[in-house]
Amino acid sequence: SPQVIWDTLGNRQFCSYKITTKTQNFCRNEYNLTGLCNRSSCPLANSQYATVREEKGRCYLYMKTIERAPFPRRLWERVLLSKNYEKALEEIDENLIYWPRFIRHKCKQRFTKITQYLIRIRKLTLKRQRKLVPLRRKIERREKRREEKALVAAQLDNAIEKELLERLKQDTYGDIYNFPIHAFDKALQQQDVESESESDAEKEEDEDVDKREFVEADDSELSDFEDMDKLETSSEEEQEEEEEVEKVSHSKSKGKTPLKGPGRRKRPYIEIEYEEETEPATKSK
Amino acid sequence: AGDGSGQPGSAAEGGGPPAPQRVLFPPTFSVSEIKNKQRRHFMFLRWKQQQRKEKLAAKKKRRKEREALGDKAPPKAIPKTIENQRVYDETTVDPNDEEVAFDEATDEFAPYFNRQTVPKILITTSDRPRGRTVRFCEQLSTVLPNSHVYYRRGLALKRIIPQCIARDFTDLIVINEDRNIPNGLLLSHLPDGPTAHFRMSSVRLRKEIKRKGKEPTEHAPEVILNNFTTRLGHSIGRMFASLFPHDPQFTGRQVATFHNQRDYIFFRFHRYIFKSEKKVGIQELGPRFTLKLRSLQKGTFDSKFGEYEWIHKRREMDTSRRKFHL
Repeated sequence: SPQVIWDTLGNRQFCSYKITTKTQNFCRNEYNLTGLCNRSSCPLANSQYATVREEKGRCYLYMKTIERAPFPRRLWERVLLSKNYEKALEEIDENLIYWPRFIRHKCKQRFTKITQYLIRIRKLTLKRQRKLVPLRRKIERREKRREEKALVAAQLDNAIEKELLERLKQDTYGDIYNFPIHAFDKALQQQDVESESESDAEKEEDEDVDKREFVEADDSELSDFEDMDKLETSSEEEQEEEEEVEKVSHSKSKGKTPLKGPGRRKRPYIEIEYEEETEPATKSK
Repeated sequence: AGDGSGQPGSAAEGGGPPAPQRVLFPPTFSVSEIKNKQRRHFMFLRWKQQQRKEKLAAKKKRRKEREALGDKAPPKAIPKTIENQRVYDETTVDPNDEEVAFDEATDEFAPYFNRQTVPKILITTSDRPRGRTVRFCEQLSTVLPNSHVYYRRGLALKRIIPQCIARDFTDLIVINEDRNIPNGLLLSHLPDGPTAHFRMSSVRLRKEIKRKGKEPTEHAPEVILNNFTTRLGHSIGRMFASLFPHDPQFTGRQVATFHNQRDYIFFRFHRYIFKSEKKVGIQELGPRFTLKLRSLQKGTFDSKFGEYEWIHKRREMDTSRRKFHL
């Protein structure tokens, strides 16, 4: 009898469908109406019992009566409920007429819940679903490690700085940044190269000029004594001038370095003689 | 104990056919044959110390030799790095390659590089983004000029793409989020351009970066693309470049860097200042993240029927540690 069943299985001894937790007992039996392990909800301990279950989106009412207790195969009677919610509720009422209030109520509650979750499923399948991709731990760890090593190998700050400096050198920034030292150095280096070639050329020219002047002086000795003196001195001075020009150009090429001693010493000489000289030099030429 | 451990060794050698040439004087034993764990560990440590000593001695000797030789010493050996040992990729782009230049003149980014289109970017996320992702999107939109963040209300990508094209957007960025952290980036060039899907990792928001710089301003930043050598890398690089406006405003002094190292693309956003012509200081502002390319698809986003140009297949592509694809 159901009372005996409950006394043994439900309350005291082992029931394989029973799950105990700290606060509550659950029943894993698939025909259970509420899911809890109670005297009134246990399908084993009640000879008259009913449940609502759904299969493939359709809801069925399962009923168990005491007349069929010895026939386990025919124990549960199944009734298909209509798709219409209200009609299905009426069908439940019809089938469970004269049944205990508890079972009727719980059946209707369960049916309501089932329809609600079926609606939800149908709505969700229309939307995009999140595809869960399982991570493989070994691979994740490997990737993470490789990323760290790549970060160390990349030396990002250095790379960025190098790239920016290169862009500065290649003048992509135009005139925004004035770094005179750099440009000046460059220009001076260029001047150095040019001035060396110039000074070579000057030296050659000077030699020619000297030669010419010597020749002229020889010629003019006969003509004018004053001129001869001036020309001789002019030749010397021009030599000095050439030297001085070279020195000046060199000092210019060295840029910021102040004119050194010999340059300074030469200056007073040069200024005076230069002024005197240019007029006769131009005249003689 | 020494004798005891010597015995198994010698027994192993004596067990084979007696070959007089192979007899070892004195009979040695390998450390791994000792059964006692403590003893084995001790012998192993001793062996290790000995190896280290020998190595140190060899180093010293080599150094002395080098000093003794002076100028005639052979040049120092270049250490092997992964980048040195990289397996040569046949699709590496040669700067003077005409075919590549022709391809690039006719591919989907040509309108951008010919200055026919101005980049306009739409940033969005996956469904129901959490706070971190939302903040990341906002910061990303400050980095990319002319970008807009829109909340994704459960819309399908295939539906919003035609709308974006109608409103003249050139790029679409979708940041995928999982468990409150952004972990994926989908970059789609809109008028039927390629779609690249990346896995995003180590995302740092602005407040998590130790830099204390101010917010990025509205100036268009410069772009640095480092180390994109192969054809695939080249196309990805162009994709990144097309996100930014053509003319960087140098007065803003901001630079966005995409640095590729061993198939990981590191993104950084800095502000720079030239202290002298040989020295530059950089200060990091803006978010940072790393990307790893997962797939490159030819058209706009279409995961079912799209034609994939490149997919990362783990079994085939991750076999060699010296082979990289970007």
